[in-house]
Amino acid sequence: MADEIKTLSSQLAQDPDSLVFLRLGELLRQKGQLDTAHRVAVTGLERHPHLPDAHDLYARILADKHDYERAFDEWDMALRIAPDHVGALKGLAFLYFKVGDVQQAAAHLEAAQRVAPDDPGVAQALAIARGEGAAAEPEPIAPAAQPIEEARVFAGLEGAQEGLLLLDASGRVLGGALKDPAGRDVTEAVAAYLAGVSQEAARTVKLLGLGKWTGLAAEGHLGHVHLAPPSSDALLLVVRDRAVPMGRLAIIAQRAALAARRWLEAHA
Amino acid sequence: MTAPAAAYGKALDLITRVRGVRGAMLVSAEDGIVVAEQLMEGIKGPAVSALAASVATRLRRAMEAAGVGASLFWHLQAEHGALLVVPTPGGTLVVAVAEPDVNVGLVRLELLRAAEVVG
Repeated sequence: MADEIKTLSSQLAQDPDSLVFLRLGELLRQKGQLDTAHRVAVTGLERHPHLPDAHDLYARILADKHDYERAFDEWDMALRIAPDHVGALKGLAFLYFKVGDVQQAAAHLEAAQRVAPDDPGVAQALAIARGEGAAAEPEPIAPAAQPIEEARVFAGLEGAQEGLLLLDASGRVLGGALKDPAGRDVTEAVAAYLAGVSQEAARTVKLLGLGKWTGLAAEGHLGHVHLAPPSSDALLLVVRDRAVPMGRLAIIAQRAALAARRWLEAHA
Repeated sequence: MTAPAAAYGKALDLITRVRGVRGAMLVSAEDGIVVAEQLMEGIKGPAVSALAASVATRLRRAMEAAGVGASLFWHLQAEHGALLVVPTPGGTLVVAVAEPDVNVGLVRLELLRAAEVVG
């Protein structure tokens, strides 16, 4: 492998537009040289931004670095360019499985299997996702995703353990917890999906010249959601059932945001 | 999307006639591409639509994971205005860009009516 890496590096140096960066990046990734692999992938992507394999490679490196949010975006981008990209379908299935969304994981693997019916890795992963294979409990999205002193963040606030959540910019849970109407803990899954929302909301209103974003209120079929930025790099989520009016939800969010802001300042 | 292209203009008219609305767009939720727009000059429709679609996707997934179902309407509030969005069952986002003092209830109603037209 070392010889091949050396050869490919030499080829890439001679011809920076060459696609050998794909093989080189993958070999470096497999060897665990993630920072070097990262540099190779980013340089390759700069030269080939519409190449789905380049996004796939970058996503795999990011996933190895536990940067799941950006890995998701890269695999998502690969699929936008090439909707049948097996690597991206498998990658997204992996991420969905990690957050416990087995249904989405299986759907992506089924799509991958339609494209590559002879891929044993897809068949094996699909069997696991369907519960047919060896027991495979999804790992938590990140080792650091344990709530930190959560009781203190929303102490005394209504719904502190089932309807309030404080996240950092990468979707790491800082406090609170979330349960679905059936009482299941959905904290980590929701946190993973919300990673990046704060930055996107900020970029959207900036593009529109609307200043800073102050909140996002959403009505669902069964409940209401309110997001707020207690600080530039944190996100607050409040969830209540539909019986709670949106205005009331905004007030709850204001109080929770105040508590979160104090907690963040105290722990800065 | 089920409505003919001519209906898109009618759907957008419903929204932009509300006082305080600076513009409206129909956006493909899947890829963030603008399908139709009536925006005031200076609003970067394609960039805003791509971001709105991305926010909508993350929000939908988070809300479904939280057990509150897909979003029927969402309202991104900012210091100097707002973005109001209704997703349609056909995969279109009906989007309004509004002034801060807009009547949100009225815009919401017109977005929902426009969503029915768009399908």
